[in-house]
Amino acid sequence: MNRYYWVLGAFAALVALLAIGLKLNPRDVPSPLVGKPAPAFNLHVLATPEKMVGPQDMQGKVWLFNVWSSWCVSCRQEHPVLVEFSKKADVPLVGLNYKEVRGDGNFDMSKMPADDEKKLAFQRANQWLAQHGNPYTLTVMDIDGRVGIDYGVYGVPETYVIDKAGIIRMKHTGPITPQDLSKKILPLLAELNK
Amino acid sequence: MKRHALIALFLCASFFGTGTAFASAANEAATAADPVAEKRLQKLSEELRCLVCQNQTIADSNAELAQDLRREVRAMIKEGKSDKEIVDFMVVRYGDFVLYRPPVKGITLLLWGGPVGLMLLGLFVLQRYLRRRTQRINTETQPLSADESSRADALLKEINPK
Repeated sequence: MNRYYWVLGAFAALVALLAIGLKLNPRDVPSPLVGKPAPAFNLHVLATPEKMVGPQDMQGKVWLFNVWSSWCVSCRQEHPVLVEFSKKADVPLVGLNYKEVRGDGNFDMSKMPADDEKKLAFQRANQWLAQHGNPYTLTVMDIDGRVGIDYGVYGVPETYVIDKAGIIRMKHTGPITPQDLSKKILPLLAELNK
Repeated sequence: MKRHALIALFLCASFFGTGTAFASAANEAATAADPVAEKRLQKLSEELRCLVCQNQTIADSNAELAQDLRREVRAMIKEGKSDKEIVDFMVVRYGDFVLYRPPVKGITLLLWGGPVGLMLLGLFVLQRYLRRRTQRINTETQPLSADESSRADALLKEINPK
């Protein structure tokens, strides 16, 4: 009899282990960039294409860096949360428009000259923000996704919290829900801005 | 017997599965000129996980990100970077998770040691069980008493009278 309790106990432990495993999000891969300086870049600004901006221009400020694209479906889900955030919070929200044209999947990139891609990317990004509201202090254009690789982007949307010294303090993968914002991001921003 | 055949079939299928994946990645490689560099690209790509489709390497996957990363690896090979430099480039950005063979360290100890630990535990349990079983058999099998052996004889005679 005793031995059967032992087997039952082992089985229960296995079930518990698997239940925990089921609740984990496999997409939530811890980023090695947390605690490291935000990778440098110098990209064109969406609203003022002649201007270039990089993390060095944000020194001394706590800021959010949000990766988005008009073809990204989850970004649409996240967008109202960001719009709400930008109305209330006094924290710069920088957008990284990631592979606006070539990421879409509906264009034959081998037939599109680089200039055309650039023009189309700016046009599409502007149109999307006009349609859905613009929560961004500014958006920079990562047309070929090279900066995305430096930031370890693997699923849009992704959001980084960067502190005054330019260190990445948090990475959030996937759309930000109102709960994520109030429970995780806002407290961290308040602490970093102290 | 039937089960063995099924297992063999399954193994065959999985080998053919990876075979076609190699072939599709090789198509892309054929467009490039340098066969040595392409071989390195192929080998490195098979060590790196695609984070979009997490159970595929960037050699197998056709996801956008995998294509981008293959392009990066190809560029780095052209620049003359070593394999280690290229792998480090990926780990700095995506973490150990990008490696199909993660390094042995504190957090991956269970991953590496777990199977060996479970096997040792299994062997220990098996050995204990076998020892107890031998002990039990030894204590249970005592020679027959005189009374028992005469009864056994009587029973045998009943079945098999001469």
